[in-house]
Amino acid sequence: MEPLIQVRNLHYSYPDGTPALRGVDFELWPAETVAVLGANGSGKTTFLLHLLGLVGGKSEGDVVVRGLALRKENFTKIRRMIGMLFQDSDDQLFMPTVEEDVAFGPLNMGLAQDEVERRVRQSLRQVGMEHVASRPPYHLSAGEKRRVALAGVLAMSPEMILLDEPSTFLDPPARSSLVEILRSLPQAQCLVTHDLTLARQLASRAVYFEKGEITLQGGVEDVIARAGWETLDARRSDAPR
Amino acid sequence: MAASFAAAAGANVHPLAFERWSAGETRLHQLDPRVKLLAALGLLLVIAWTDRSSAAAFGGYFLLLTSFLWAARIPLPGSLLRTLMVLPFVAGVVILNLWGGDPARAILTMARSMFSAYTAIALLSSTPFPALMRGLERLRVPPFLVMVLHFVYRYLFLLTNQAQDMLRARRCRAPEPRRRTRFWSASAGAVAILFARGYDRAERIHHAMLARGFESHFPVMHARQTPSADWWWLAAVLVLTAGIHLAARSWPL
Repeated sequence: MEPLIQVRNLHYSYPDGTPALRGVDFELWPAETVAVLGANGSGKTTFLLHLLGLVGGKSEGDVVVRGLALRKENFTKIRRMIGMLFQDSDDQLFMPTVEEDVAFGPLNMGLAQDEVERRVRQSLRQVGMEHVASRPPYHLSAGEKRRVALAGVLAMSPEMILLDEPSTFLDPPARSSLVEILRSLPQAQCLVTHDLTLARQLASRAVYFEKGEITLQGGVEDVIARAGWETLDARRSDAPR
Repeated sequence: MAASFAAAAGANVHPLAFERWSAGETRLHQLDPRVKLLAALGLLLVIAWTDRSSAAAFGGYFLLLTSFLWAARIPLPGSLLRTLMVLPFVAGVVILNLWGGDPARAILTMARSMFSAYTAIALLSSTPFPALMRGLERLRVPPFLVMVLHFVYRYLFLLTNQAQDMLRARRCRAPEPRRRTRFWSASAGAVAILFARGYDRAERIHHAMLARGFESHFPVMHARQTPSADWWWLAAVLVLTAGIHLAARSWPL
């Protein structure tokens, strides 16, 4: 069996020259959920964006997605295979109505109108949001926005999903509802989070980012314990000393 | 806590009168947005052509627009009140005309401005903004322009909410600034931060668009057929407007 995403010795610097990723090795296997843990500014989100070719700047190393090297000519194919749920749903919901937003991806894929409408209905039903199809996204609650943003990702039928802090801004019921939906998805998931409960609920293994490097990996409990992530002596770069 | 703050911020947006009014379900709300846009454009042109010799036409325009708002069940006092928002923009011209000894021109300028605003209000309060954008697209307005309009509308609320949050935070720490200069320097800093945040958000939105396959073209989902009755409605409005104008010109005040 081949990994869906294979990253080897990835180095990346921001356009201003600041190093963000230093020699990252990572694999995502079919049907697994990996929690990506680490302090703020440790490079987790940059890593996710890098997997979609969304960051400018200098990078070295190999990123291969389902056999395709991460190069400009493969961006379109790779972005169809990987869906990404962004941290702030307002960044992701930019179309005038919910159904148009969910249809944005499928229409960009060049699908026929009937198929687009079918996918919009299906993915909204999957996240329990069919009733808001005609509403503007800015009138929805944070939890509703998150579910609609997820519907927009699912409508593209991706093989894997990257989730950047999916539980941010959610109240407990909205969070539970999101966990249920994410658990029901067959896709492999890469979950960047500070929410350890969420990591425990969803992930089968975890990696720990520190200053742009993966310094720990293994079972979720094991990584949390070794990183001291639930205690004051955590390996966080911004933890009080 | 964060969610309740977000909900409170959302509540600031919700009462926007145009959003509420445009969510109506009257026949006028259901008209194809293109015919309403074209009718508004026609009316605006005729208002711009209305001069002293046809000033009586303003009475006709008032009846026409008011009957439209009435049929769309849009509150008249609120609509009329909102026409006053153009006053600060025309005040300078009006004062200059009065200063130059031409009160008739001053009144004409003000009437044109206020009736133009009244027309825009009638359009915005009977057409949801997304439908208006689709109408502009289908009228072949450059997609880039429509996209900019759409994004301004979509994210203006968020920026406004952020500005309000920053204002509250400043009031918490400096209820009454001792010196006026300090107030202005803090405000200038807040504007700069707001700009930087807006720029960051624009970048994140662009990432989100690229992640879902955006390639410089906004796809359109629906292309609904316009009922012929809508075009007849447009023709009737244009004929009526032109008729009012010509009648007023034939029988000046």
